Amino acid sequence: MKLRRTISIIIKEYTHIFRDWRSLLIIILMPVLMIILYGYAITLDMKNLTFAVIDDSKTPESRELIRGFTENRFFILRYTGIKRNEIESLFKKRDIQMALVIPGDFSESLISKRITKVQLIVDAADSNVGTFINNYSNRVAQLFNEKLNHRSPGILGLEPRILYNPDMKSANFFVPGLVALILLLICSLLTSITITREKETGTLEQILVSPVHPIEIVVGKVVPYITLGFFNGIIIIIFARLLFKVPINGSLSLIAVLSLIYIFVALSFGLMISAVAKTQQIAMLATLMATVLPTIMLSGFIFPIASMPLPLQYISKVVPATYFLIIIRGIMLKGIGLAELWQHAAALSGIGLFMLSIATIRFKTTLE
Amino acid sequence: MQPVISIINFSKSFGKNIAVKNLSLDVEKGELFGLIGPDGAGKTTTIRTLVTLISPDSGELSVTGLNVSKSVREIRSITGYMPQRFSLYPDLSVSQNLNFFANLFEVPKKEMAERKKRLFKFSNLEPFSERLAGQLSGGMKQKLALSCTLIHNPVVLILDEPTTGVDPVSRSEFWEILQELKKEGVTILVSTPYMDEALLCDRIAIMHEGSVLAIGKPEKITGLMHNHIYKITGHNLVLQSNRIAQIPGIISVQSFGDSLHLTFPPGFSSEDIRSKIYDLLGQQLNIERIAPSLEDVFIGLIEGKIGHGN
Repeated sequence: MKLRRTISIIIKEYTHIFRDWRSLLIIILMPVLMIILYGYAITLDMKNLTFAVIDDSKTPESRELIRGFTENRFFILRYTGIKRNEIESLFKKRDIQMALVIPGDFSESLISKRITKVQLIVDAADSNVGTFINNYSNRVAQLFNEKLNHRSPGILGLEPRILYNPDMKSANFFVPGLVALILLLICSLLTSITITREKETGTLEQILVSPVHPIEIVVGKVVPYITLGFFNGIIIIIFARLLFKVPINGSLSLIAVLSLIYIFVALSFGLMISAVAKTQQIAMLATLMATVLPTIMLSGFIFPIASMPLPLQYISKVVPATYFLIIIRGIMLKGIGLAELWQHAAALSGIGLFMLSIATIRFKTTLE
Repeated sequence: MQPVISIINFSKSFGKNIAVKNLSLDVEKGELFGLIGPDGAGKTTTIRTLVTLISPDSGELSVTGLNVSKSVREIRSITGYMPQRFSLYPDLSVSQNLNFFANLFEVPKKEMAERKKRLFKFSNLEPFSERLAGQLSGGMKQKLALSCTLIHNPVVLILDEPTTGVDPVSRSEFWEILQELKKEGVTILVSTPYMDEALLCDRIAIMHEGSVLAIGKPEKITGLMHNHIYKITGHNLVLQSNRIAQIPGIISVQSFGDSLHLTFPPGFSSEDIRSKIYDLLGQQLNIERIAPSLEDVFIGLIEGKIGHGN
């Protein structure tokens, strides 16, 4: 590897990047747009669930129970005083996700300290919503019991202490994941089209007849895009902090260093694709396919790896985002450091070096 | 003396398509050698194999005695290659393109200024040195491409249809530059579909469908033609060429602008032909016997109407 040739390729790439300010703008704005879109769209937080009540009791006790559901932002009472046979059509129209039927003898039954049953009808087509309503209703019932019989509270009471994400905001879980997804996508796209573009315009043919070595081209292409990718990473994290109030409990500089490794992995992956793909379109499609799906499905971005079938767990071990998710969630939410994360950082570096070697080996210096 | 470029029995196929078969030719030191032929004749395949971009199926190809399959890097550093398509960076300036290629070929930094000055003298591109390559005219683009391939002082220059799609004035300027380079001792192999450019070469090889039909000095190749060529001129003649082709004894009819070239075997006189055309068209036409041009020879060679020769 000759330094002079490598540097001249680096300078040339920088010139391309800065001369084409429209593309540069897209490269900078795209991650911002993505984090806003994804950040608001992907959420497991329940809000504004609508429900209907049939209150045959109409007593202070029954109103107290209904208030248990409406006194927070999760449930909105949409229908009262409807007939029983209307409930089904409301569910079918998706007007309500839950219906509460309070029997006429509700108060009498409570006062005589009998076991009192209230009917709860739940739309569990979305199982997450179903589970949430179920759990929440149990909690309402429990509170109702405590309030009513405060002299004889329940036998067993759990006092949970929730670590790392005390408000259980799903943004805190997803936004660091988005950093991983967007960085991987943008950076690998950047490099995957850079060599194929030169193939298409014919400039590669002119470079290849020089004594240039593949490693010089590959390194010359990675270095400029590392700075661009790093800049993108900073923007994404700033937006994550400002828009979604995601905490950053650990060291910012550690995030920076480990992000650099992750960006290097993404760029090497893009180069690997562009060394094989013949056109920019193929390169872009291949990159999208190979980054987005595995990152969303197999990295622990949404679904926990531990509950996957064993073969998929093995695959998740070669998905770079798997390691970076642990790193970035660990630093941002748990505030942990290199002592706990070095193995994941090492795994990432290994994957990056492996991909870069493949890119170099597969890079052909002929036109065949 | 050993030839600078030597090709012996070179064949190359792409799948089922035979691009070149059994091609042999030598280019001597300091020669300006032309590969002449239409699209698909195998010129680009031959050139790309010589500059080590593709590998031969069979045959021996060497540049300055270096085998194209074994000494890839050495050949690449002593050869200047200009691909058919404009292959510089349109978003880099003239000067940036030159510097980039100088760095790739590791031109000594001390010599850079002097070399650029010399290349600017050839190309007259100095006033445009800060202009982006994409904004140059076709002729200037070709001159810049040539300058970039010359920045490392190659001993062999290999050009693939450098003047295709370039205006006539720039074409002749380009060929003047090539003649200058030849005087400096650079060996040049150039491919072209233009017959007038073939006449500017020291020697040419006429290629068709992957084979060489004839190799030699352009004058010698025109001398290969022993049939006689008659040029007739007249109004709307081109439309009549099908009927003229039916004259007994005629070998071929080719249109050149508003005139037709008729090929007859020896033994016909101008008067014979004039009267035959009068019988056919009822028109008195201007007819004269001319020396065969390269085009005539080329068409004759392709149609297999004259013998192969060297």
